[in-house]
Parts: sequence; C-alpha cells; structure tokens
Amino acid sequence: MDSQLAIRARGISKCFGDVVALDGVDLEVPRGRIHGLVGPNGAGKTTLLGLLLGLAAADSGRLEILGTPVGRAFEAPGGVSGFVDGPGLYPSLTARQNLAALAALRGDGTRSAGIPARIEDALDQVGLTDVADDRTRGFSLGMRQRLGLAAALLTRPRLLVLDEPSNGLDPAGKKHVHGVLARLAHEGTAVVLSSHRMDDLEALCSEVTILATGRVVFSGPLGELAAENRELDYRLVTSDPERAHRLALDAPGIRLADDTAGRQGGEALVVRAPVPALDDLVVRLVQAGIALRELAPVVSPLEAAFLALTEQPSTGGRETGQHGTARPGQEAARREAGRHGTARPGEEAVRQKAGRPGTADPRQEAGR
Amino acid sequence: MTATSTAPAHTAVPGRASVARGYRFEVVKLFSQWRIRLLVLACWIVPALFVAGVSEQSTLPTDTLFGRWMHATGWAGPLVTLGFAGTWALPLLTSVVAGDVFAAEDRLGTWRHLLVAVRSPRRIFAAKALASLTVILLLVAGLAVSSTVGGLAAVGDQPLVGLDGRLLAPGDAAGRVLLAWLCVLAPTLALAGIGLLGSVAFGRSPMGLLLPAFVALAMQLAQMLPLPVAVRLALPGDAFVVWNGLFTSPAQLTPLLIGIAVSLVWAVTATTLARLLFLRRDFTNPTDDGSARRALTTGALPLAGLLGVTVAVVAATTTATGSGIEQAEVERSLATEFAHLYRMQTAQLHRPAVTEAQLRTTATCAKAGVQDGARGPGNDWRCVVSWHLPGATATGSAVYQLDITADGRFVADGDGPKEVNGYFVVRTPTGDAPNPLWQFDGTVELLTDSPKTRSRTPQS
Repeated sequence: MDSQLAIRARGISKCFGDVVALDGVDLEVPRGRIHGLVGPNGAGKTTLLGLLLGLAAADSGRLEILGTPVGRAFEAPGGVSGFVDGPGLYPSLTARQNLAALAALRGDGTRSAGIPARIEDALDQVGLTDVADDRTRGFSLGMRQRLGLAAALLTRPRLLVLDEPSNGLDPAGKKHVHGVLARLAHEGTAVVLSSHRMDDLEALCSEVTILATGRVVFSGPLGELAAENRELDYRLVTSDPERAHRLALDAPGIRLADDTAGRQGGEALVVRAPVPALDDLVVRLVQAGIALRELAPVVSPLEAAFLALTEQPSTGGRETGQHGTARPGQEAARREAGRHGTARPGEEAVRQKAGRPGTADPRQEAGR
Repeated sequence: MTATSTAPAHTAVPGRASVARGYRFEVVKLFSQWRIRLLVLACWIVPALFVAGVSEQSTLPTDTLFGRWMHATGWAGPLVTLGFAGTWALPLLTSVVAGDVFAAEDRLGTWRHLLVAVRSPRRIFAAKALASLTVILLLVAGLAVSSTVGGLAAVGDQPLVGLDGRLLAPGDAAGRVLLAWLCVLAPTLALAGIGLLGSVAFGRSPMGLLLPAFVALAMQLAQMLPLPVAVRLALPGDAFVVWNGLFTSPAQLTPLLIGIAVSLVWAVTATTLARLLFLRRDFTNPTDDGSARRALTTGALPLAGLLGVTVAVVAATTTATGSGIEQAEVERSLATEFAHLYRMQTAQLHRPAVTEAQLRTTATCAKAGVQDGARGPGNDWRCVVSWHLPGATATGSAVYQLDITADGRFVADGDGPKEVNGYFVVRTPTGDAPNPLWQFDGTVELLTDSPKTRSRTPQS
C-alpha cells in the first residue's frame, strides 16, 4: 500500500440490478493533488464519488481510501468529506446555523469552544461571511455551492470529494472556490472533483480521469492529453480569409474542419491539424502577408479528448466529407487510452450484464 | 467481493456520529421549521384559551364526553380536550411531525449529505425517530398541561362527576386525568410509527405525510361501525377512547390494557418496518425514495397481518363476543350511575341523605321492543330505572332513552317523571342548578366476566 495515495482503487465494479454503473474501474489519486473526473451523463461519475464518500459499497474490487481498506457501505474512513448532487443544506437554518449543526453532528473530537472559530474561518474562506446569518432558503445556487464547500472544510478533510462544485458560481465565487481547492491541495489534501466545466478542470487539475459507460477510458496527467502531436480544431481569423483558405488547402498536414470561410466569405477558418502543421500554416500565412488576428483551439485539449473518448459529436465545426470522418483528437486519444488498456469508445452506450440484454437506457439512472 | 474480504472485521470507523449527536441535530432541524414552532406554541396556548373560553359560555359541548361538566369543574376541560385531540389533533400532529421527518430529507435532497456526516443509516433512523418522538411528546404535554391550566384557572378545582355518576375528589380526578393523557400516548405512538413508515416508504410524496391522518380517519370510521368487539379492541385507535374506563369504579381496566398493548405492538411493528425499509434503501440512487410496491409489501401487508393476529388473540383470550353491548350490562351501568347521580340531586335539593345501598336501584331496558336479550349499539334503547327511598313503600321509577354508540358510550336522556329528570335544571335553596339526572353520559363495559349476573347496582 502506497501511503502517498489518498485513493487506490482496483477493479471496482458496481451494478444496479442489471445495469452496470462501474465496470472494473482503476483509480489512483495521490495526496496533495486535484484530480478531475469527467464523463458524459450516466458514465458512472456520481456512483464512483458515492463510493469514495462511503454512500455505497462496490460489488467487487479493492478500494483503499487514505490507506484504509473500505468494505461495506458507509464505512469510508474519517477525513473524507464532500458532496454529490449538490450540497445538503437546510433552508430553515442560516448559513452559520447549518455549519454549526453539522459541526455538532460530526463532533470530530473537537472541543465545542473551537467550533465557532472554525465556522468563521470556513465562511471566510468561501466568501460568505457577509451572509452568514441569512437563511439559506434565499441563497443562490452559487452561494449554496460555496456553503457546501465550507461545510466540507469544517472537518479539515484529507480527501475532499466534490460533485460539480462550480455550478452556478459567478467569477468571484469561482475564484474563491478555486483558491480554496488549490490551497487545500497545497496543504496535502487530495481533491477529487467531478465537473462538466472543462475550463475549470484544466485550471485546477493536475490529473484527470475520463469515464465512459462505467469504464475508465483515460486516467493520467492533463499534459498527456494535450500532447503536441494531437490533432485539434483551431479557429483562425485572418485579414484575408479567401487567401488563407487557399493556403490552408495547400498546406501539408492541414485539413479543413469547416470551410465556410472560403466559400461563403466568412471571416473565420477552422482547421484540423497537429501542432507542427499548424505552426507551418502560420508561417505560410505571415509570409504571404496575411495578418493573423486570432488563433485559438475551438475546444480545449481536454474537451477534445473527452469528446473523442466518449464518442460525443464535436461542437467545434462540421465534418466535411472531403476530409474524412475522423473526429478531432480521436485517434491520439485512443492511442492514449490504449496505453491504459481500457479504451472502448466504440462500445454501445448502454451496457448490460452478459446474457441480459437491455431494452431501455438505464445508464442515465445507473450512473448517478 | 474483494473489497469486503480485505477489510478487517474490526475496522475502526472514525468520524461516525453518535445517536445522541444525531438526535440533537434532528431536534435543531425540526425546531428550525416555522410550522413545528407554531404547533408547539399552539399546543401550549390554544387549549387553555379554548377551555377557559368554553367554560365561560352558557352553551357547553355536551356531545363531547365530560363537556356538560365544564361549568362544574376545571378537570372537565382537559378531558374534553383529550376527546377532541384523540379525534383530530393527535393524528394531525403525528402526521406533521413523524410523517415528514424522513420525507423532508427527500424534498431537500439532503440524504447524501446526512449520510456522509453520520455514516450510519441505523443511527440516522434512531436519531430521527427519537427526535420526532420528542416533539410529539412535547406537543401532547402542551395539550394536557395547557387545557388543565385553562380549566382550573377558569372554573376551579372542584370534584368531577365520573362516568358512573360517582363524584371524584379533586386529587382523584387529577390523577385520573393524568392517567388518561398517559394512556393516549400509546395510540399516539402507534400513529407516529405509522407516520415514520409512511415517511420512509413514500418519500417526498404527500401520501407519507398524510398516512397517519388517513389511518386515524379509517379507524374512527371503524369505531362508528357495529364491529365485533374483538375487532374493535384490536385496532390501535380504540385506545383513544378506552381511557373512558378510568372514570368508572371499578375502572374498566381490561379494554384499557388491551388497547394500550395493541397500540404499543402497532407502534413497535410499524417502527420496525420503517427501519427495515430505510436500511434497505439505496442512497446512491436519488430516484429511489420509496415505491408503492415496496410500501405495500413491507408496510401495509405486515400491518394487515398484525391486525388479523391481534383480532385472533383478543378473541381467544377475552370474553369478547358480538358488539359487547349486552342488555344486562346496559342495565347495570345505568342503574349504578343513576344511583350516584340521585344522591347528588338529593344533596342539591337539601333532602335527607340516602345511600346507594338504600336506593337499591335497578334498571330494565329494552331495545327496539326486544325485552329480553337486547344487545348492540343504537339510539332505540328505552330503560326504566326503579329505586326505593328509606321509609317509603312506593317504588320510584324514571324513564330514559339511551343512545349507545358502538364503543360503549351512552347518553341517557331523561323522559320523566318531570320531578326527577324532566327539566335540565333543579331549583335549589341557593338558586337553579344543572339537574344531574336530566341527561348524563355513561359507558357500558364491553368486556365482562359474567354479564348475565350483574344487573343490580353495587352496594356502595
């Protein structure tokens, strides 16, 4: 057992009746890291988070949390905190009362004299001191999320598990939350957060796990997803779209993901290319006297990998028949996933236990 | 499963909240709800105002047991309140508290939050059940204390006329009033258990909240039907009325004890079923907040089975037959009560004192023309009460129409002669006073050892 690991999961499976929610999931999260968990709806993220929080037990596999083997349900060790499906708050209590009741409930062996100070500290960390004595009935989603995080902080967790913590947050709230999570990680707390906000994950996480239909299709550092030789969609805005379009058609390694710029007089050009080919195109544009006003990936590397690995259609541009049907980043991502031996992007979205073919779409439910 | 097998059996579970901490948490949550605060306030204030207000009125709630004595003693007020409470207040209170204690977490979506904090569904259940019990007890205590204070403050600490016509000294009355309120705790607990079951089984559905009220209503309807006495006693709702037996002498303890026992068995069974349902729940699935099928198989069917078993046990272990309302027992109850009330009237009129033994009161009753072997509830009972006065050769007689309900309670309405029971007031040397023989409430004991042999008044 590696004492530096906050989570060590091997072959975790979980079924709900005939529906397989998790299928042989492996996961390692070191202490002091922020680990992102992404996947389409019904991929099993919430089920996995529930197992980490001790809300349920795995049907098979080995799960160690903070160095302690976890067996039956509700036996996640102390030091684990967080929330899934939103923070649980009681609307008839104020923010401070919610935290005080929770602190009194948990006990944590702390003298009651120290609790008010910890509550104040938690409220301050998430920026809710000003509304501490307001009933949470009137709180916005973002304020509820921040209070949920404050509740989790009360226990001084060594493993923090959060489900969509950025939901409903305004920029200031997001800054607060990101700051808190970064500080916790710096102090040695492992943070596992599930989110559909790829920008949040890229800003916060050092590692990410992508789940699809209950299986891990990628798990590792973000940098591996953003490998330089991966094809991504890029949006170029130039001073002369028509000439730029012609140059792009002639440039090696460049494919047009969306050629509306050249045909219809649009300003933007969307190309699909690995980074070296893109560099070459930029040089050609400049040498041709075409000003490059904007160059940005249509989707982030993480989002591209997510879309590729989970068989989601790209939102970055329309496929054109003349350029084939490969999706952005798909091949590279599959290669990446193949290293983990778990990539099954071609599998049906709904998987049932062997010998029990399903007729509906229970994944949505099972994955929760 | 590998995960289970690798975990040591004695794995410590730090951070698991105790039942005591969970209980405090639940109590805080309950009292943070405005409706619970309002209920507590209402239960501790409204009964006092109600009793004091009614006691000051000229018209009394004579259709409620002891209502006709609210002018006479402050101890009638808490018993009138108890009658109302058993019918409406207690089922509704248990609905609001116990019927919502689990469902509230479903509505708020806080189950996972709570489970992460407590880490033990068993402890959560215990804490919630204890917290709701605490609030219910507080509400019942409020009803009892408030109505008593209101009655004593408005009318005073006078003797209370029992359901056999005997005068109960204030101390005796106080003790019996207290016992009566304690007795209804048992059926209240049964409804609370049913409330917990409904709350767990139906989740956020309003059916869970309304279940105790529906069950109480169904039991009240059952009480109004001419059911066999064994079935009546096997219903937990019967304990809401059997406290009447405390106000006779001797007290009618058998139905009282059966009612309490049945109620407690229902309370334990319903709570156990609720716990079973709760522990089986899958909290990783937010859509799993109970189901009608599971409520039926784990909730309703076992309780229906329990009803069948209790009916069989009551029928096998008691003398319960038919409606329990037999002619001989009606005659005995009426004669006994008339004798006690006749003494009271004699004292009011400052006539020479007599004793029940001297009166040798008897009653002869018929129902719908049936002179021998009459039985069953109805308002067609007609009785003639006869008595003897010391030194007089003539036998006094008075006629009463009896309206006997299925639970054994009756109202005797005087039908002459007018000197005895013809007017609702009697003229005393100090002014007019209510005529105790004009109309009075009584109760027929539904379970008797030998009902055929006791038609004469006891010599006391």
